Amino acid sequence: MSNSAPPVINFGLRRLIAAFSWLRLSVGHEAQTANATMNRRTPKRESEFVVAYLFNTPESQADMLRTIGVGSVEELFDQVPRELRLARPLQLPPPLSEIELESHLRYIVRQSAGASGQVSFLGGGIYDHFIPAAVDAIAGRSEFYTSYTPYQAEASQGSLQTFFEYQTLICQLTGMDVSNASLYEGATAMVEAVLMAMRVTGRRGKVIVLGSVHPEYRETLATYLRHFDTEIVTVPTPQGTADPGDVTRLIDDRTAAVIVQHPNFFGCLESPREIFAAAKQRGALSISVFDPISLGILERPADHGADIAVAEGQSLGIPLQYGGPYLGIFACRQEYLRQMPGRLIGETVDREGRRCFVLTLGTREQHIRRDKATSNICTNQGLLAVRATVYLSLLGPRGLREVAELCCQKAHYAAEQLTANTGLKLAFDRPFFKEFVLRCPDDATAITQRVRSAGDIGPAFNRFSTLAGEFGAIANNLLLVAVTESRTKSQIDCLAKTIRSECSSATKK
Amino acid sequence: MLIRDEEMTFMRNRQAANLLFELSQPGRRAAAYPLCDVPTRPLSELLPSNQLASQSPDLPELTEPDVIRHFTNLSTLNMSVDTHFYPLGSCTMKYNPKRHERLASLPGLVDLHPYQTEDAQQGMLAILFELQQMLGEIAGLPAVSLQPAAGAHGEMTALLTAAAYFHDRGEKRTKVLFPQSAHGTNPASAAIAGFDCVQLKGQADGFVDLEELKANLDDKTAVFMITNPNTLGLFERDIAKISHLLHDVGGLVYIDGANMNAILGITRPGDFGGDMMHYNVHKTFTGPHGSGGPGAGPIAVRDFLADYLPGPIVTRTSSEGTNRFQLTTPAKSIGRVRSHFGNVGILLRGYLYLRTLGAAGLKAVSEQAVLNANYLRAKLEDVLPVPHGERCMHEFVASAQQSKTEKGITALDIAKRLLDYGYYAPTVYFPLVVPEALMVEPTETESQQTLDDFADTIRTILNESPEFLHSAPHATPVSRPDEVKAGRQLVLRWKR
Repeated sequence: MSNSAPPVINFGLRRLIAAFSWLRLSVGHEAQTANATMNRRTPKRESEFVVAYLFNTPESQADMLRTIGVGSVEELFDQVPRELRLARPLQLPPPLSEIELESHLRYIVRQSAGASGQVSFLGGGIYDHFIPAAVDAIAGRSEFYTSYTPYQAEASQGSLQTFFEYQTLICQLTGMDVSNASLYEGATAMVEAVLMAMRVTGRRGKVIVLGSVHPEYRETLATYLRHFDTEIVTVPTPQGTADPGDVTRLIDDRTAAVIVQHPNFFGCLESPREIFAAAKQRGALSISVFDPISLGILERPADHGADIAVAEGQSLGIPLQYGGPYLGIFACRQEYLRQMPGRLIGETVDREGRRCFVLTLGTREQHIRRDKATSNICTNQGLLAVRATVYLSLLGPRGLREVAELCCQKAHYAAEQLTANTGLKLAFDRPFFKEFVLRCPDDATAITQRVRSAGDIGPAFNRFSTLAGEFGAIANNLLLVAVTESRTKSQIDCLAKTIRSECSSATKK
Repeated sequence: MLIRDEEMTFMRNRQAANLLFELSQPGRRAAAYPLCDVPTRPLSELLPSNQLASQSPDLPELTEPDVIRHFTNLSTLNMSVDTHFYPLGSCTMKYNPKRHERLASLPGLVDLHPYQTEDAQQGMLAILFELQQMLGEIAGLPAVSLQPAAGAHGEMTALLTAAAYFHDRGEKRTKVLFPQSAHGTNPASAAIAGFDCVQLKGQADGFVDLEELKANLDDKTAVFMITNPNTLGLFERDIAKISHLLHDVGGLVYIDGANMNAILGITRPGDFGGDMMHYNVHKTFTGPHGSGGPGAGPIAVRDFLADYLPGPIVTRTSSEGTNRFQLTTPAKSIGRVRSHFGNVGILLRGYLYLRTLGAAGLKAVSEQAVLNANYLRAKLEDVLPVPHGERCMHEFVASAQQSKTEKGITALDIAKRLLDYGYYAPTVYFPLVVPEALMVEPTETESQQTLDDFADTIRTILNESPEFLHSAPHATPVSRPDEVKAGRQLVLRWKR
């Protein structure tokens, strides 16, 4: 791969490594040298970190030690047995002032040929949707981002009411009865749904998941269920979607849950209504993995019969930031309320009769029920729930519909352009929402590298070991393309044109 | 002294207490999107009409100023680290440096898609690789996974890693042990990872009872989970012996890193016998708590467990002086524990913090945190005695039992009244081993002056009338919400 990278990047990487040279120094027999270097540099920086975040002057420290009745800070650590103490300084890089830190980071980012300024057609559950400035303005208020879990209701009404609003908006959006106040991200939200379905149904025999569900979600599910005797049955989807009949045949009275992602990982629409109806008949729970943006135009998970609706909420005003933090959305029907994982906010009144909000039904949670809790989750994704709440408030019914329509129209235009005289074909002949799979004549990764100047496309299927196994050699030729409202006609045209010229030059070679 | 309700709230925008749907007016809107610039077709031609929604989603209709005013006013109802002293025990509510907010938002970091090409990720991977190295060094446990999203997620990930290790060795170990004073996440994580939980009572002085531990160890013992310093703010004096006992029966020691702020650069979990640990980057390394999250809960483990860690991990290959970073899944990996790499936004803040402080700075953090805690403890000892230990580490657990017996003033009264005086409340009634517990963690980012004022305020409160305190707080936007009603007449969402 490094052969195809432009020389400037290789040069940049070499310099980048120089910026991390302490790492090389700090291993093996050269450690002593590293220590010596750091010891030389540390003293002149000492004042910097003291000024930055520590308050007490030497005089004030002396006064505090007198009050405690000890002669030195060292004495306070007497309870740590001597033989367990670290006898040397930690081997860490030397401290940086704010100016140095910023230039260090900017340098690394510049050298990394990052995403900045790059047109993105990347998808796979994480999308380059536009984030209105008002979302950043509210999430950037330190009253939200530097406060703790709202255990003290009187000092946390801001967060509590915001999370109550979040629960309301998620219920309105999905048509479900109750939503919790957030889980980590999409994959763990789906796993929590499966664990809940196993508790509710009392069945541990089988979980059915469509092959079109995000491969990383399925891998996460396998990790969590490894120590159970539960069989994970994957329904193959070589045509892009599952045949409802194939799924229905697999559901039996050992089945705890059936999982459908819709639109699925390939962007295609499944037939959740038929599948969920069959699950209901057999007493299994239906889990819908949805795309929140798609609900601007598609029917809601509740409408097609989902018992539990989960999603990756990144689309709702959360930046890409290389994989997280994102937002696990989890909503379900009223009857499963007491088996739900995660925090719940409830409305009540205070002693003056004023409406207010508190954490409620804590008896499901780890701090009270310990090993009998419905989940081990404690820290959740509060600030990301704030972002989603503000995002949905700003968009409203018309905004969300517009975003969904723009994605859908532009994706269809892009699919048309990218398959016109490019040698590329749509891999699946199925209705899709904002994402589709291209079948390339040769290695898809090579195409993504070649056309990068016009935009980032992918991921290619061979990037996921699970998909590589399921699709065989074809996986190398399959490429996912996502089109959001942020993409313009000229960007799409440019990508198509680049693929066309690259393809013809590749053929000539 | 009592500030009347009207005085406290006369500047408050009462409209902010309305819910979004109560503020909603048909026809209002904030976000407007450009007209579609590609040729369009009716949606019913693109998508099956039986899958289309019959109407637009039922969301509130508001203008941008509506939204901004609503949430800005709501935010002012919160106490936060930026506005108040937040001595919440076991949560390490330290100052969150502003430089982290700016730098973590740099283009190239904040807009990096997880499925970019590996070339485009090199800078990010270099940072994450360096963070793995630094966390391994601070832990004394060299193999690091940055994937877990929070402390509890880290616990579960490490336990699954241990389970895979035992399985690989053909050992059937089913039990996870932990002291009574453990965080609730410990047993909950053990249960999710498929282990049976054994809770140890411990000694009256709050330490692990070695005899009790021995009696519970056998060839079914997988892991002993322990927080060190423990939840009483004391360094577990027998930790080395405990580790030996576990290792003698073939078990592993898990260190819950919630209290790492006390021992950075002083001692390392790997040096006192720990085999696995998690960090709470949102506690120790200044990831802002975000009203309850996000966190990041990376784990560090011994070399012999490295092969079982979840993927992906950042690795480095060097050739001819050029290094390249890549994502790798360890040979016998337990698999993924989430989608994508991890809570990178929080990990970046941890990275920036460690690069700012360096080794000496990090050690100074723990020294100052322990100094502040011991100072506040000494200032309060005569009115709020601390039943356990002569000195504390980064936090202490005081008891209001004396004031309850003598005056009828409980830990809850003190906690609630502190809010009136502009202090967030300490953790109360945890751990259970201390009656009327108040768990106080001042952190290193508070001054002597703040601690003095806080101590004076507690003295003032202890001289106030118990009846008055029972109905505190008096100056907060709401007071003593009816939690029983909230739990019985469940209202978990607004309804039309």
